[in-house]
Amino acid sequence: MLRQVEGSKAIADVVAACKPEVICAYPISPQTHIVEGLSQLVKNGELTGCEFLNVESEFSAMSVAIGASATGARTYTATASQGLLYMVEAVYNASGLGLPIVMTVANRAIGGPINIWNDHSDSMSQRDSGWIQLYAESNQEATDLHVQAFRIAEEMSVPVMVCMDGFILTHAFEEIDIPTEAEVSVYLPPFKPRQILDPADPVSIGAMVGPEAFMEVKYMAHERMIESLEHIAKASQDYKKIFNRDSGGLIRPYKMERAETVVIALGSILGTLKDLVDEMQDEGVRIGVLGITSFRPFPSAEIRSALANAQRVIVLEKAFQTGIGGIVTEDVERSIRGLNIECKTLIAGLGGRPITTASLRSYLTSALANQVEQLTFLDLDKEITEKELARERSLR
Amino acid sequence: MTTTPLKFYQIGSFAVGNRLVTSDERSMQSDADRANALTSGHRACQGCGEALGARYALDTAMRAANDQIIAVNATGCLEVFSTPYPESSWRIAWLHSLFGNAPAVASGVAAALKAKGKTDIRVVGQGGDGATVDIGFGPLSGMFERNDDVLYICYDNEAYMNTGVQRSGATPPAARTATTQAVGSAPGNVFGQGKFLPKIAMAHEIPYVATASIADLRDLEAKVTKAMEFRGARYIHILVPCPLGWGSASCDTIKIARLATQSGLFPLFEAVNGEMITSTPIRKKVGVEEYLKLQGRYAHLFSPKRNDEVINHLQRMADRNIQRYNLMGEM
Repeated sequence: MLRQVEGSKAIADVVAACKPEVICAYPISPQTHIVEGLSQLVKNGELTGCEFLNVESEFSAMSVAIGASATGARTYTATASQGLLYMVEAVYNASGLGLPIVMTVANRAIGGPINIWNDHSDSMSQRDSGWIQLYAESNQEATDLHVQAFRIAEEMSVPVMVCMDGFILTHAFEEIDIPTEAEVSVYLPPFKPRQILDPADPVSIGAMVGPEAFMEVKYMAHERMIESLEHIAKASQDYKKIFNRDSGGLIRPYKMERAETVVIALGSILGTLKDLVDEMQDEGVRIGVLGITSFRPFPSAEIRSALANAQRVIVLEKAFQTGIGGIVTEDVERSIRGLNIECKTLIAGLGGRPITTASLRSYLTSALANQVEQLTFLDLDKEITEKELARERSLR
Repeated sequence: MTTTPLKFYQIGSFAVGNRLVTSDERSMQSDADRANALTSGHRACQGCGEALGARYALDTAMRAANDQIIAVNATGCLEVFSTPYPESSWRIAWLHSLFGNAPAVASGVAAALKAKGKTDIRVVGQGGDGATVDIGFGPLSGMFERNDDVLYICYDNEAYMNTGVQRSGATPPAARTATTQAVGSAPGNVFGQGKFLPKIAMAHEIPYVATASIADLRDLEAKVTKAMEFRGARYIHILVPCPLGWGSASCDTIKIARLATQSGLFPLFEAVNGEMITSTPIRKKVGVEEYLKLQGRYAHLFSPKRNDEVINHLQRMADRNIQRYNLMGEM
């Protein structure tokens, strides 16, 4: 049933429909409304059989999740930005121990300078953490992805981050079809942990692994991540059968059939890009959009195949490697190695800077005329940066 | 205390021979059917106080919980010497996650058990003093404040022993560690304000707090047993000498632990809901010097020149404990 709700409320409701047994939370904007919603559902008795813990830091939030998941409980938490960074040690530990925790990341910039608005630098910093990362284009997809995330995580014994743009999605009110507990139960089987802390059958989890076996453990994580590609695709296909909606999966091509130029992006900016591409195609420009839903594992083969007929690729990124450039760009370039495709990076929307269709159109027009650099920062105030950089240099 | 004080003592030490007491008063370490939670074959040093403390504590907790125990371990000696993959000395369900998060992981285990209605299974968190009073202090305080159903045990050997004897927040003044060397005008650790975690635990008014010593096994077992009778957050702080870090003979571990108590430097007491309810009287008071002299970490107080100023300062700390915790039994 369609309901007009805030994105965060939809996430709270759909997570509750997945029947988690332990939820732990520490407040950080723009994630807070999600756990506020869940705390209410637990307290008013709508979500039964679930313990809700208000912990004293994100580090403890992920640590509580680790303990709960290792005890066989379906476990959920949510965070953003500095909070994600504060829990990093435990984030790596959760994946290392193979615990299928699901965590929402309400994407937000990382300080300093402190900034509460949206970009992808928080989750991108966890690129190599061993977690699956799925990026939602819309609140409907974010809602659906959480159901799929629990299934993928538990099938693979790999934790999953569902990344949704802070404020742009979390705080947006729109019509969302939120699956009910009954609907979810058809899709999501009960959690059967791979390994569990049980006094009746005691095991030691988290032993110290030396040089003789550490690489094998890490190689298995590598293989598991690659095998997850298939499960993510299947999770999306099966979801469509039950809910009759396209959501999740690995990549999302849009009007790419005749596209010579393809803009690649992750998250909510895809909506803006699709609108713009509609307009430009109407004007006769051969341009399309390729959304990446699964950033980790990275669907290289699917991307290569989707770009087979492209001549130019522009990767729009809401995070970057300082001193280098695009993060996703490198993965895309690796995927299309040997194909004769030009690849540029557009860094946009850092710290919540609005990405307008006007600015995008202006950039794309230049790009189509081969008049952009390898790396461009959209709407950068060059006057200020040049002046300040010159002043700094004079002080060195 | 749940134990009846025993009236007879053997040959100068206060150790009670099990064969001299009735079967129900014996330490469960003499019981062939004990859980042996931390079994033999592990890689702890000879004379390791932590290995003794952990085995005593876990076996007692196992008995109290009818063998229904899940233990969560912080990174540290206890974790490293017990579980070099593919070996494990733990005969109980055991989880190690990180250095600074054992209390929170234990809270997570307890929450999962509660959600599943398996509250017959009890949770024990454990770590060394670094994991407890320093890096894991926030999560521990959070676990206390929420009153999560976890017994947390700190095995305090007064420094970061696993990484090579560096100073922790629990390192006593004047002690030599790798980061508070016995050099300069004030050799050894500084005289700071101290960080005695049992009192901090009491400030959270959790159901049960106790200190214990591996030199008084029956007392330690009684306190673990008592802790298991409560629900909610409980804390036991066990002093565990470390021959390597303290520069003491392996055969002196128990003796040094006993002298720590008999000098007043390490008071034994219990607190319920934030109020001290018992303290163990010192039977034969000794000066701190007897305790200090057995340990290489204090050697600089005696050689090349005796440092009376520091020794007297440490004696005043012991005397203050004796008064504060009523250790001469004059309550």
